[in-house]
Amino acid sequence: MTPHPAPEAGPFLGKLSLDALPLHEPILVVTFAIVVIGGLGVLAAITKYRLWGWLWRDWFTTVDHKRIGIMYMILGLIMFLRGFADAIMMRLQQVWAFNGSEGYLNAHHYDQVFTAHGVIMIFFVAMPFITGLMNYMVPLQIGARDVSFPFLNNFSFWMTTAGAVLCMISLFIGEFAQTGWLAYPPLSGIAYSPNVGVDYYIWSLQIAGVGTTLSGINLIVTILKLRAPGMGLMKMPVFTWTSLCSNILIVASFPILTATLVLLSLDRYIGTNFFTNDLGGSPMMYVNLIWIWGHPEVYILILPLFGVFSEVTSTFSGKKLFGYTSMVYATVVITILSYIVWLHHFFTMGSGASVNSFFGITTMVISIPTGAKLFNWLFTMYRGRIRFELPMMWTIAFMLTFVVGGMTGVLLAVPPADFVLHNSLFLIAHFHNVIIGGVLFGLFAAINYWWPKAFGFKLDVFWGKISFWCWVVGFWLAFMPLYILGLMGVTRRMRVFDDPSLQIWFAIAAFGALVIAAGIGAMLVQFAVSIWKRKELVDESGDPWNGRTLEWATSSPPPDYNFAFTPVIHDLDAWYDMKKRGHQRPVGGFRDIHMPSNTGAGIILAGFSLVMGFALVWHIWWLAAVSFAATVFGAIYQTFNYKRDFHIPAATVVEVEDARTRQLAAGA
Amino acid sequence: MSATTTTAADEPVQFYDLDEHAHPEGHSTMLGFWIYLMSDCLIFAILFACFGVLGGNYAAGPAPKDLFDLNLIALNTAMLLFSSITYGFAVLQMQQGNVRGTQIWLAVTGLFGLGFLGIELYEFHHLIEIGATPQRSAFLSSFFTLVGTHGLHVTFGVIWLVTLMVQLGKHGLIAANKRRVMCLSMFWHFLDVIWIGVFTIVYLMGVLR
Repeated sequence: MTPHPAPEAGPFLGKLSLDALPLHEPILVVTFAIVVIGGLGVLAAITKYRLWGWLWRDWFTTVDHKRIGIMYMILGLIMFLRGFADAIMMRLQQVWAFNGSEGYLNAHHYDQVFTAHGVIMIFFVAMPFITGLMNYMVPLQIGARDVSFPFLNNFSFWMTTAGAVLCMISLFIGEFAQTGWLAYPPLSGIAYSPNVGVDYYIWSLQIAGVGTTLSGINLIVTILKLRAPGMGLMKMPVFTWTSLCSNILIVASFPILTATLVLLSLDRYIGTNFFTNDLGGSPMMYVNLIWIWGHPEVYILILPLFGVFSEVTSTFSGKKLFGYTSMVYATVVITILSYIVWLHHFFTMGSGASVNSFFGITTMVISIPTGAKLFNWLFTMYRGRIRFELPMMWTIAFMLTFVVGGMTGVLLAVPPADFVLHNSLFLIAHFHNVIIGGVLFGLFAAINYWWPKAFGFKLDVFWGKISFWCWVVGFWLAFMPLYILGLMGVTRRMRVFDDPSLQIWFAIAAFGALVIAAGIGAMLVQFAVSIWKRKELVDESGDPWNGRTLEWATSSPPPDYNFAFTPVIHDLDAWYDMKKRGHQRPVGGFRDIHMPSNTGAGIILAGFSLVMGFALVWHIWWLAAVSFAATVFGAIYQTFNYKRDFHIPAATVVEVEDARTRQLAAGA
Repeated sequence: MSATTTTAADEPVQFYDLDEHAHPEGHSTMLGFWIYLMSDCLIFAILFACFGVLGGNYAAGPAPKDLFDLNLIALNTAMLLFSSITYGFAVLQMQQGNVRGTQIWLAVTGLFGLGFLGIELYEFHHLIEIGATPQRSAFLSSFFTLVGTHGLHVTFGVIWLVTLMVQLGKHGLIAANKRRVMCLSMFWHFLDVIWIGVFTIVYLMGVLR
């Protein structure tokens, strides 16, 4: 390997010095000032209203899957605003940098922006959002009181958050990677990225990855072990099924990411030759490995939302889901197929016609189970009494949008076509088409659908519709031009353009992004207005949509223990079955309920890991060693705590359930 | 538990389990730990794959034939295999409810583990001494990483073992501790299985290469 002059490293602060503060970037300085002022304001408000104790006791140390789910959603929302700010900056730069103009972002900054956008949107927006949804809904849907490993759940959340925090720190101390979101070597190797950007990338993903893997294990075991009596696998709600498959994918793919990033960090930190250009290293090995994780990751994101669409379609069509069994099989088939398509991300590697054909065909085959799902949704709607509430609107928008994205995906799966379209804006348009049209629309459907369950009041419809139309119209305006530009040969990640005839398309795309911004604004207003008008929007019944699955069988929000008595399941759509057959909610005979205790260990251990990540990024070896030792000994110390549970006394259960009885009587 | 799905027409369907018993604590720990082990297995799978792809790239440097002393590795393998047997004895003692015996066999297991690690460190030291460093070639990068990751796992296994011996001394063979002994048992045997892969693919097949 060619020696490269490493930045000066001191013994005490490693590579960290005042130069690491990006004072020469006015955009960052202003952002930093706003973040500091805003952050101080929030901290001051929490202190003024004496909320620290409440936050610590009821939220930060909670092991309640519902609260952890909500915290995941909040994390996803905050990071979404950051990721979207990056998107707007890119759109602005690309429409600006024509006719000899350099735009307003220099290459150093612009490259960080597109890298951070991808990393944040996938790892710190989409992942927390789906993990949050699964955390909240899965135990309720299977009639459980919590997940199998409640402490681990809290720890997973804080590890994900620690990863997000480390990623955000890079905005103001040092820099982020300038490599694109998958950090391909040799560009991400030490020879071409000698500074800390890639190290921030590596450690924020490694720390968050621990959380993701553990939460995957947790949810698989929860689904397999904690289902209510009578709920065989083929009586599970579809969302639970898709969550199961998604978590299997997580456990079977995130370790690959972990191992691959370890190898990359060994290349960077001690000079091994896995992915270097010399001494036998193979950069394409990295590209293969990262996509063996990366392709299943795409399905990790979309599968739970397929479950959401199934629940929503069935509920708002007032019918049971068409083809439940085929839906389950389609999900499982997609889960398996997602492992044998990874090479379609780099047909241009040149592995030959046979290999490319194999991966091209497997990729096209995935469209069959996916198509089966779409037909199932359509047939569920057929002759249904469809209610066009917000969740249903998002579902229909998804169907229309996602089909286009799916078909451009099949186009890209044809190797000769891919040789033309590889790394072009056509690809960018395609995956935004499926991720926004599938994952995000699905999340919005889910949020509108399950918000009343989590908070006890519905979301405001007026602002919801404004948000909906801005998003849908904005999406089409922002991404259809990218298809066209891609077909004309424009490659991704360009900062300046020579051909003035392209500018109009970028202008349309930028306008679309602004319309989406309005959609996001309307959504925030929707949340605020709904909280403001929560008395008017209140739902006493716990079942505002005439739902079909078990989460609607309990109050909104559910009590800490979810169900005073574990439900017994006789049929698919268990809650619908209970309503149909006139079940009687038990009003007496309550007992003590066994529950897990809160613990601060998760946030503390994740805090140590965060410090360790920061120290490793900056080569502050003593701090890395100290925080690593603290993490290990902290974990060992935690294992000496054998008292991890308590009983909610029957008297408390009686109190809560009696209040519920009165509430139902008043509502009836 | 009343999970009957068929009921006579006049008999009311039971929708709630009115006489339920809490799940015994830790009832799903074993399954969870199995799944964790499989995820760990995947990390090794990637390291094996890297060795498979890059293991022949000597970059004009030393090859396995020049480096590996199979006698030493055979001794090392024996250490780990014996440690698995002694762990088995620890579990047998545990099933007979003998805390002291469990601790003693765990200690023996730990000593074998330390012996294994000592030999491995000696081997690594020797290789680095003669210039076969992880930086020398992709073959050596993938060799050190695969074998080293296994060694790191054994190290954590030993730390866990010591922790567990202390916990056994403090609380005896309570259910939680028995579960932990079983989890570590699975971990320890798992590392043995991985080592058999390493021994075969890295060392034996390496010198044939």
